[in-house]
Amino acid sequence: MSVEFDSKIHSTLADANLQLAIYTATGRLKEKRIETVAADALPDYQELRTQANALKKHTIENLDYYLEEFERNVEAHGGKVVYCKDGTEVADFVLKLARERGAHLIVKSKSMTTEEVDLNERLEHHGLESVETDLGEYILQLAEERPYHIVAPALHKTRYDVAEIFTRRLHVPEETVIEKQTAIARSVLREKFLAADIGISGANFLIADSGAVAVVENEGNARLSTSAPKIHIAIAGIEKMIPRAQDLATFLKLLGRSATGQALTVYTSFLSGPRRSNEIDGPDEFYVVLLDNGRTKLLADRNKRQSLYCIRCGACLNTCPVYRKIGGHSFPWVYSGPIGAIITPQFMGVSHEPALPFASSLCGACGEVCPVKIEIPKILLELRSDVKKSEAREKQNRLEKLAFRGFAWLMTHPRLYEWAGRLASAAAPYSDGGWIRSLPATMNFGPVKAWISQRDLPPPPAHSFREMWRRR
Amino acid sequence: MSRDNILHRIRTAVGRSAGQPPAEPPPVRLRVPQVEMEARVASMIARVEALAGRACHTSDPRSVASEVLAGKTSVASNTPVLAKYGITSLPCVRTGISDRAELRAVCAVADIGITSADYALADTGTLVMISSPEEARLISLLPPAHLAIVPRERILSGLDELFLLLPRPAEQTSSMVLITGPSRTADIEQILVRGVHGPGQITVVIAD
Repeated sequence: MSVEFDSKIHSTLADANLQLAIYTATGRLKEKRIETVAADALPDYQELRTQANALKKHTIENLDYYLEEFERNVEAHGGKVVYCKDGTEVADFVLKLARERGAHLIVKSKSMTTEEVDLNERLEHHGLESVETDLGEYILQLAEERPYHIVAPALHKTRYDVAEIFTRRLHVPEETVIEKQTAIARSVLREKFLAADIGISGANFLIADSGAVAVVENEGNARLSTSAPKIHIAIAGIEKMIPRAQDLATFLKLLGRSATGQALTVYTSFLSGPRRSNEIDGPDEFYVVLLDNGRTKLLADRNKRQSLYCIRCGACLNTCPVYRKIGGHSFPWVYSGPIGAIITPQFMGVSHEPALPFASSLCGACGEVCPVKIEIPKILLELRSDVKKSEAREKQNRLEKLAFRGFAWLMTHPRLYEWAGRLASAAAPYSDGGWIRSLPATMNFGPVKAWISQRDLPPPPAHSFREMWRRR
Repeated sequence: MSRDNILHRIRTAVGRSAGQPPAEPPPVRLRVPQVEMEARVASMIARVEALAGRACHTSDPRSVASEVLAGKTSVASNTPVLAKYGITSLPCVRTGISDRAELRAVCAVADIGITSADYALADTGTLVMISSPEEARLISLLPPAHLAIVPRERILSGLDELFLLLPRPAEQTSSMVLITGPSRTADIEQILVRGVHGPGQITVVIAD
């Protein structure tokens, strides 16, 4: 386990307020989900899951076909598709377009995909102003933090934290009433919406037969980002594809319920191309950025490619006993919880944080709530095996092997073994209540320290069995 | 070029070749229940109210609208539905705007945006707004309140019926938006606040 992972977990566990915040928020989301997928509320819930899984499986296995169909349809409506292999290419595309159009201000609606490639930082580094407009994301942008949860990004912030952030960053008088804090954000961001040159959104679904993106949200910021500015750029991972607009009837029934317990979120936008010649408003230019960023690598693994079915509802986070204790920021990448634990190692490599697939009790709750039936526990097990295989190849293991070879040599040389035993009894450190609980500083380092920190040792006896046998 | 590279990587990963037709996709799954109009109207009203919106069924939408609009400024869409029910001739209603900049300026200061809806979904209390010369996007978005006058025959049972009627919405519009209740957020301490970016109040008048 990396020192960082370890220390973040411990600091989260030690923070009682944070523990309460995570527990309450995920608990509420979890309960609301259960109510809305219950048999009386949605009798065909299990059939919908099966259909969603079959649709995702089919699309992923024929992804090249659907990408090309999508591209043709976007172009038929006057839009443009841009393929990007990584975050640098995404930023280069946006920067070049902004430069050509003389754009300075960008409004953004919530998108995990843009978090994944640190888009805001890249754009701001080149002098553009890129403003998050989802209330939670806006708070985090001002606080310079990453999302704590896939659908509830600021669930770790209290109204008092928000008051402090707003006062410090927006220079407004301290305000701790949540309704008034929301009104402050509304008025600051309303100005931005009306002045923005470019709106960037994510996409919950890419619809191949329509060349359309579907965006779900509750606040109206995604609608504003995609309707007010003259340019709309939607950025999505290639795996967000579904074949037909009619398939939305399946996915929309699952997404809102699994995420927040809503039958439908407040706004579902189905956007295809720039405004048509006779429409009064809407963007003049429409781009869809299709991001790879490691997804094609993942696709090659027949067993684990189902990780790409994810529709980012966050249900697995809310139900996960580990996420509910260690929180979102302990996870090593922007995707947290069980889904983060399976996609992070596949995107970043298993040695990025080898302990991650092990940070699970394998209780199976995540797989049970997944609306597209990703077998998360099974993939965690496969990743554990991958970690072990990769570790076996690594240096750390060579050291361990060397130590065991030394131990074997000692065990097969009786005289040396006896001498070592005597040395151990003479040099044994102070034992507390019959157990050695710590070692003197000269011995307490590296792997020895880590080992003894979790274990107590019985003190070596004053006389070994061999000695007693001889004196008999 | 990244496009060809990405497509090539995908084909290698899933074992397909360029131009190869896809396997048969799973059949479309749409289940449209038989629901009487009375029940659709009742469900629509109940759902909108459950989301803290206001809803009613009336043969006189003009007088309901006039109560809602009392003393407030408003902007109405260009749909003939509103003219038919006499909404656009009410005092303080701006309508007939076809210039984008003008519409935006008017919407940014109006108290209420008035629209019809192309469809409504009874089982979720949803309005379906299709962008067109008759219905602009911003009228249901910028003002703090939204008033929608929906002819009752427009009420569908739910999402499945909508997608049965409109298998490819992109053929007729650049934007189809489903609106289910007032704009809301729960991003601070999970406390529900309405009207964060879109309208905080929504009134649905079902017209006979």
